[in-house]
Amino acid sequence: METLSFQFPAGQPAKGRALVGCVGSGDLEVLLEPGQAGTLAIEVVTSVNGSAPRWQQLFERMFGEQQLPALNIAIHDFGATPGVVRLRLEQGLEELNHG
Amino acid sequence: MTTAQQQRGLHWFQALAGDAQSIPGLPASLRVADGELGGQAVRYLAVIADADNPFPRARNGEVGLLEGWGLAQAVDEAIEADRDQAHKRALIAIVDVPSQAYGRREEAYGIHQALAGAVDAYARARLAGHAVIGLLVGKAMSGAFLAHGYQANRLIALRDAGVMVHAMGKAAAARITLRSVDELEALAASVPPMAYDLDNYASLGLLAEVLNVEQVTQPTATDLSRVKDALSRTLADIAEAPRDLRNRLGAANRAASSRVREALRAQW
Amino acid sequence: MAEQNIQRLLAQRSFTELGARERARALLDAGSFRELLDPFARLMSPWLPKQGIVPQADDGVVVAKGLIDGQPAVVIAIEGAFQGGSLGEVGGAKIAGALELAVEDNKAGTPTRAVLLLETGGVRLQEANLGLAAIAEIQAAIVELRQYQPVIGLVAGPVGCFGGMSIAAGLCSYLLVTREARLGLNGPQVIEQEAGLDEYDSRDRPFIWSLTGGEQRHASSLVDGYVSDDVEAIRSELHGLFAKGKPELERSRRHAWFLERLRAVDTSVQADAAAVRSAYQGA
Repeated sequence: METLSFQFPAGQPAKGRALVGCVGSGDLEVLLEPGQAGTLAIEVVTSVNGSAPRWQQLFERMFGEQQLPALNIAIHDFGATPGVVRLRLEQGLEELNHG
Repeated sequence: MTTAQQQRGLHWFQALAGDAQSIPGLPASLRVADGELGGQAVRYLAVIADADNPFPRARNGEVGLLEGWGLAQAVDEAIEADRDQAHKRALIAIVDVPSQAYGRREEAYGIHQALAGAVDAYARARLAGHAVIGLLVGKAMSGAFLAHGYQANRLIALRDAGVMVHAMGKAAAARITLRSVDELEALAASVPPMAYDLDNYASLGLLAEVLNVEQVTQPTATDLSRVKDALSRTLADIAEAPRDLRNRLGAANRAASSRVREALRAQW
Repeated sequence: MAEQNIQRLLAQRSFTELGARERARALLDAGSFRELLDPFARLMSPWLPKQGIVPQADDGVVVAKGLIDGQPAVVIAIEGAFQGGSLGEVGGAKIAGALELAVEDNKAGTPTRAVLLLETGGVRLQEANLGLAAIAEIQAAIVELRQYQPVIGLVAGPVGCFGGMSIAAGLCSYLLVTREARLGLNGPQVIEQEAGLDEYDSRDRPFIWSLTGGEQRHASSLVDGYVSDDVEAIRSELHGLFAKGKPELERSRRHAWFLERLRAVDTSVQADAAAVRSAYQGA
């Protein structure tokens, strides 16, 4: 098990919170909360050791394209594929927009 | 030899209950007798090995279908008999139970419900004002312990390597959690709730007392005297205390259990 | 006629496809759901990270207050997808603590009733003795709350209800199951390991359901209601049972009846579904 941290530039703090997913095998839960203005901070607790580069790549792809509000994102991952991670993050962001 | 084969439960029952007659009409795997302790009425209850148990998977002291419902009957009868009494007899569960019974008959006929019968009766007795003590003289494992002992106001354990509380035997637990027994034991060293030894169990704050005895399988006169004193003292404690299980909270290794309750109360 | 059937079919909502949080929300009156100790409170297992196991923010238990049919209620839902719904220290304390507060409510005149959504393998072995102790406290609280209000358990599947929590299920005022549910004390694999393949084949699914599945448990009078996997049907059943009130005698108090029936069983042969239904007829 590893704990990894990532940061990206962001805009103003998001409004509201969201939770998606579940720490089942091959899945993950994502908690999204307002963060410090200007920063999107992600903490990943993952069962897969040595996966930091994969996470970095995935986040760069997702957050490189768009500027997001400032968020603190917590991920508890139990071996999800990048496809599932992306899906959950998108679900989470969508919930934030609806909330 | 297992603790049940050593017949610890039977020996302690015989020592404590003395000449008191075992109550008839119960399964042969139960010993239940009324006695007296420091001037107070008590009912002793033990589950013992019965080689002729009609249920073949419950012949070595396991708590099975008959034992669960039988304990329910024995405890319920005490509740009924003392219903209008100002002073209700105490219930002393003498605990040496290696496990619940594992078998097809057991699952089919609803062993979960039989054990619920026992839990129900012991809990209702405690709520009605009967002092309930669990005296751990051997194994106190999983469903068997839930049914016979874990609803007690106070738990007292004898200090001995054969006195063990856990949710599942080592070999089975290792298989289910996909680890080796060695790995499990290594983890238990740093994760107290996973450990099998009495000191780690005691660190969880669930025991009222741990007693040293000379001969755990068959008490000496000194042992008997010491245990009876402890039981009497404990009955006095119980008489002054609430009837719930909150005295089990507070140990450092159970800090989260208290924090959760406080937070629930604050948000309720 | 066909039109109505189609409408009803479209309106059906599977309960078992919902996660624990959504199950709790679905059973409380619309708009009344309020979660306590939600994931953002981050009260997680102190023991799992030490073993390299990733924790879940709510430790696999959702506690939600609200109304059921207009009456104050707490719904406690176990998330079967996290560690098989097994109970550790924090999840166990959430359940026991919520039931204990419901008891306090009732003592003070507020008729808070409880629903337990049981999707659990029992004790979380990675927290063994704290899980077991918590389950004893849950059982104590059920017996105490049951004096005031019905405590209703629902086992919906796919995980089912096993271990110490199956005993808790047996303490409930009323117990509901679906066809997909299983209710039994020991997991099939453990029985097979302890007693051998001939005694219990853990890979034989029809066999396992024939003995411990929802339909069989209902046919053997070991549960009170057999519901379809549909949110409205389950809500309706709950409302009906709460309106009915406490049972005259809880199943777990019927030792005389069960002992009489068990003593008449021919234990020289193996048990089967038909024998059990026959033995427990007329409960």
